[in-house]
Amino acid sequence: MARMIGADMFFETLIHQGIDVVFGIPGGYVLKVYDVMTKYEDRIKHVLARHEQGATHMADGYARASGKPGVVLCTSGPAATNTVTGIATAQMDSSPVVVFTGQVPLPYLGSDAFQEADHIGITRPCTKHNYLVRRTRDLPLAMKEAFYIASTGRPSPVLVDMPKDVILGEDELVIPEKVSLRGYKPVMKGNIAQIKKAVGMILKAKRPLIFGGGGLIWSEASEELKTFAHRLEIPVTSTLMGLGSYPADDPLFISMLGMHGSYAANMAVHESDLVISIGARFDDRATGGNFEKFAPYAKIIHIDIDPSTIDKNIVVHCPILGDAKTVLKQMLELLPSEIKKNRKKWLGQINKWEREHPIGYEQNGDKILTTYVVDTLSNITKGEAIIVSDVGQHQMWVAQFYKFKYPRTHITSGGLGTMGFGFPAAIGAKFARPDKQVICVCGDGSFQMNMQELATAVENQMDLKIILMNNRHHGMVRQWQTMFFDGNYSASYFKVLPDFVKLAESFGAKGLKVERPEDVESSLREGLSTEGVVLMEIMVDCEELVYPMIAPGGAMNEMILGASDIA
Amino acid sequence: MRHTISLFVDNESGVLSRVAGLFSARGFNIESLNVAETMDPETSRITLVTEGDDFIISQIIKRFNNMVNVINVTDLTDEPRVEREMVLIRVEAKDKTRAEILRMADIFRAKVLDVGQKTYTLELTGDKEKVNAFIGLLLPLGIKEIARTGTVAMEREAKPSKKKGDKK
Repeated sequence: MARMIGADMFFETLIHQGIDVVFGIPGGYVLKVYDVMTKYEDRIKHVLARHEQGATHMADGYARASGKPGVVLCTSGPAATNTVTGIATAQMDSSPVVVFTGQVPLPYLGSDAFQEADHIGITRPCTKHNYLVRRTRDLPLAMKEAFYIASTGRPSPVLVDMPKDVILGEDELVIPEKVSLRGYKPVMKGNIAQIKKAVGMILKAKRPLIFGGGGLIWSEASEELKTFAHRLEIPVTSTLMGLGSYPADDPLFISMLGMHGSYAANMAVHESDLVISIGARFDDRATGGNFEKFAPYAKIIHIDIDPSTIDKNIVVHCPILGDAKTVLKQMLELLPSEIKKNRKKWLGQINKWEREHPIGYEQNGDKILTTYVVDTLSNITKGEAIIVSDVGQHQMWVAQFYKFKYPRTHITSGGLGTMGFGFPAAIGAKFARPDKQVICVCGDGSFQMNMQELATAVENQMDLKIILMNNRHHGMVRQWQTMFFDGNYSASYFKVLPDFVKLAESFGAKGLKVERPEDVESSLREGLSTEGVVLMEIMVDCEELVYPMIAPGGAMNEMILGASDIA
Repeated sequence: MRHTISLFVDNESGVLSRVAGLFSARGFNIESLNVAETMDPETSRITLVTEGDDFIISQIIKRFNNMVNVINVTDLTDEPRVEREMVLIRVEAKDKTRAEILRMADIFRAKVLDVGQKTYTLELTGDKEKVNAFIGLLLPLGIKEIARTGTVAMEREAKPSKKKGDKK
């Protein structure tokens, strides 16, 4: 057994864990970690972010694109508190981010020392678990446990706080092969009696609907889902987080549901007699928020790995606790070889809804519509790029118009709705999937919240595209002000904005600006095929609104379909 | 409704604030809380009494189950159980009340722990109602100070408590 200091144990354990990239910023109490890091450069790539929030979103984007934990390293105090938004973002969307923070030496804990903050206390409600390491020799075990907890069960962020004396202390390196925690035993397999009950309900249903969520992506259940949907001929709708888990071009896919879901998807939920929810948590944005009016004619099967999501928002008829992929496999095994489906009427009805109110737009006039840009982008990239969206109107249009084919290609901050997530997360996603075209779609408001990371992208000579929809507004705020606040556009307009093209150029990136609808396609093609970091600023119409919309508290069948519904 | 919840947790720093945090995050008050080591020095037992909406309490219990430091949770509310609480009471002892205090202590089977010039300190163990009744009787005599442990509770029979991961 080798003797070494905590800082070396840190890297030895990361390598043992299979980690090869760390996003971070050096500072006071982690300087020794950064000092020894140069020895490990050939095995661990360090990405120097410009802000710890950026670093955390990068790690999150990396985790979502790869399925592997994303790692953050930073110092104490302000650095640690800067990670909090990133941690909370990862928690809401079940992303395995592991954050390592430096901390004041143990004897100074609680003394208000320079750059001291109570990292454990501050991050307790937004992590699945966190550790304050008290002895150097405990560091590898805490790290192994952190990775295990973060990446098993319902994935979630974990923080490990490393006091300076733990980092500097010397001991034998002991990396445990296996982790066993008496208070943490995630359940993978579903209860067989519940599964039998569910299969019985499914075989009897006349208007069944699959309600897929992000859990399908984390459990890599796309293949099983497709087989399941096809064998039973059940239409599939998806939450925002579930997009990509089922191919958008499959005839059974009826687009996203929820506040800005498609008419057909929301009507299908409302009229369904059996909702099969897999890896979703019935969040208010997916259900319209009116839990009493949700799916009034349906029995509900709820498959989820997290017991605390069961009966949280919607009381369900058949809960199945377990991993989505495993449970789908278990259900597939129980299906009879001959299934009487009789779906003609139900699928016909859904098809009718789709034709009655398709998601669409009319690009005429001289103002560019964001919907048109996203639709064009989807066509140009054939739905095969990784799209990392930010938060706001453009995010909903990406969800509605981009035809995602594969899991882990749609990355967005769904639960927390963190503006500023998109661009750094795109950097992380590109590190995870250098083989893929990675495109950040953002707004002028959200890009300004983490645009300093342009330096990180350029420094790493990334091939990364940014499509910035500039409407000079907080667009979604403006939409709500239009619809619910009598057009009182309070603080949603930017009198001053940077020249985004020059801004990109000042960082050493390339920039181009699009102002006319007829230039959109050619400019996107040009920008996407240009090597390096390219920012495409598209000047879009600020008056375009996202439809359909369920007003907060509305039922799924109470949709505002267009301007004529507002009056 | 009033709930008595029993938790077995890792005996380490920070666990109590994790447990308490679930209540404070929902604006819930904890009526009483008792924590102490079990036979296994690495495990503590928490007995927690709270008043709240059944639906939210059931959510909190599921969240307890999710906590890495929580080994086992049982809501004892609907279980046959024994509950006890201990209280220390310092009561004014004047010439004309000294005998009466001792008489009441005797009736309630309280112990006298400390006898002073001006006060008696009594110890009483019982369920919440008994403790409240005793305090109520001593109140007119002048209680100077009380310290209560909060409820500790156990199921009446050694039946297996719910394991983590069981469906609801």
